[in-house]
Amino acid sequence: MSTNPFHTPPATSSDPGRRAPTNFQTRRMQINTARRWFVNHLVTVLAILSTALVIAPLVAILVYLLYMGASSLNIAFFTHIPAPVGENGGGMANAILGSGIVLLLASLMGIPVGISAGVYLAEFGRGKTLATAVRFTADVLNGVPSIVMGIAIYSLIVMQQKHFSAFAGGVALAVMMVPTITRTTEEMLATVPHSIREAALGLGVPKWRTVLSVSLKTASPGIITGCMLAFARVAGETAPLLFTAFGNQFWSFRLDQPIAALPLQIYVYAMSPYDEWHRLAWAGSLVLIVMIMVAVTLVRIYASRGILKGAS
Amino acid sequence: MSLEKDRDPSTELRTPAVTNFVAAAEPAAPEGPASPVRKFLQARGSGSVADRIFIGLMLLCALSIFGIVLFILMILVMRSRLSLHQFGFSFFTRSAWDPVNGDFGALPFIFGTLVTSLLALAMAVPLAMGVAIFLTELCPAKLRAPISFVTELLAAIPSVVYGLWAVFVLVPLMRDHLGDFLYKYLGWTGFFEGFNFGVGLLTASIILAIMILPIISSITRDIMLAVPNSQREAMLALGATRWEMIRTGVLRNARIGIVGAVILGLGRALGETMAVTMVIGNHPDISKSLFAPANTLASVIAGEFSEATGDLYLSALIEIGLALFLVTIVVNAIARGLVWAVTRGTPSRIG
Repeated sequence: MSTNPFHTPPATSSDPGRRAPTNFQTRRMQINTARRWFVNHLVTVLAILSTALVIAPLVAILVYLLYMGASSLNIAFFTHIPAPVGENGGGMANAILGSGIVLLLASLMGIPVGISAGVYLAEFGRGKTLATAVRFTADVLNGVPSIVMGIAIYSLIVMQQKHFSAFAGGVALAVMMVPTITRTTEEMLATVPHSIREAALGLGVPKWRTVLSVSLKTASPGIITGCMLAFARVAGETAPLLFTAFGNQFWSFRLDQPIAALPLQIYVYAMSPYDEWHRLAWAGSLVLIVMIMVAVTLVRIYASRGILKGAS
Repeated sequence: MSLEKDRDPSTELRTPAVTNFVAAAEPAAPEGPASPVRKFLQARGSGSVADRIFIGLMLLCALSIFGIVLFILMILVMRSRLSLHQFGFSFFTRSAWDPVNGDFGALPFIFGTLVTSLLALAMAVPLAMGVAIFLTELCPAKLRAPISFVTELLAAIPSVVYGLWAVFVLVPLMRDHLGDFLYKYLGWTGFFEGFNFGVGLLTASIILAIMILPIISSITRDIMLAVPNSQREAMLALGATRWEMIRTGVLRNARIGIVGAVILGLGRALGETMAVTMVIGNHPDISKSLFAPANTLASVIAGEFSEATGDLYLSALIEIGLALFLVTIVVNAIARGLVWAVTRGTPSRIG
């Protein structure tokens, strides 16, 4: 039946009812091998294709953004406040400043709380059910949509005060920063060798001092980059600011007044019908994304040096 | 300073040798001239009060994470009371959304959210699997870092920038080219009918898919990396091809975690706001056609919250927020549970 040249009749067997083991491939096995070869290569090609497909939109977005942003970016963008409708020119200087103020507020509130919670999880909570629960809640909180944060803070602060404010925007972003920072701080502290802590405690240093001067200090590059990641993440958030910071067409330095923010301004301008505003939206996006990319790339450089594994 | 006081039971890190040293030094010179060591120990104090305050403070911050979740829940329930009383559970089953007459039902938004999220998952999951497989099993070591870097950059782009790109690139593309193509070849299914504005369910799903891809692929990659190499080697030793090795040795072992990653992506898709608001068309309709403008739970809040006049309108929107909050909490808890089951939650480096 087989045309295989290697086919030799089975040696005389003591049990003629049983076929002797063969060392060649039957037709069915050949087909099977070909199928397996084909499927294997098909999947390989598909995997490569899908990777290319995933990278394509990023490249498309980045190139388009770079093209549109760079062609509309000028000095006025950084020095002027938005021009009234119908007038050309104008910039987003107030939005950049506003973003800075809101983010500073958020960092002042969010970073200490986040780091402290991370310290508790890593240094004092190891193995405790409470710590596991906190860790789990932090992960879950990380997935809560930012718009929900926005309306929660709106209900809490803006409804009480009866006006939008930079402070409310800061609180909303701070709440979003906490879980991320907590988890990275914990992970970074876990990389600090126990022997260093033991050395400090062995010298008679109190625990709080050990944590501050030894554990945190050793892990500080990782924790700083973790904070930068959280910062970069909330820097682009629009939804929580819609009903808290609200936006402002003019300079504002007061924390109890509505304030402009870069992502908000981009959103408002993108949805407007004016070409001039679209142009500014692209420029704003470029500025925003360059800021975020710089932060993320710095994190990445740290990560590649092994200081910050798994945080990015 | 007694031995018992000095030996704080929670100090698990202290080595016994040191404690013995302190203990031994104490009775030796109770009244005599203080040694430098003793002076140092006295000067620093026991530190137990400061320690207790410090730990308390850290604990407070850790508990504040619970506090945040409870607080959001409380305040949302409080502020949506009006609508909760007025409509009860039927709020989620009625399709009326009429701010003028004060008649509110969330069904169109639930529909929009489900359709866009599931469509986005359908598009993103196979691609994300491909990327994860490529990165962990096929990719030459040199390419691995740049490609994972690029996928992480995708995750770092703000939602509003995706939205901007979608408004000016994806929407015209959909309106002028892709829409006609889909109508021509898939029009018979009935899903691609009606006037194609460029904005609508399908455009929103595509931008959502692009946005959740990096999350799903990077978590899947991490989970696949957690599969021990011995599994792969065993499969290869049995004569499996690479794909059979991946399917049986890697994917089967990682399936729980992969499901977790997908659900995590779903959670992200459910709550994604800005990009969706910008391209979905913002219209409370339930329509079979994917070209039709619609609205999601998140986008209706973003679009209508600031112009909500009247307490009932506002309260209805906050109730939508409450629903979104609860749904994403549940979805994320399930996903985290599954991912943790594989990666153990805590970093593996803890010795």
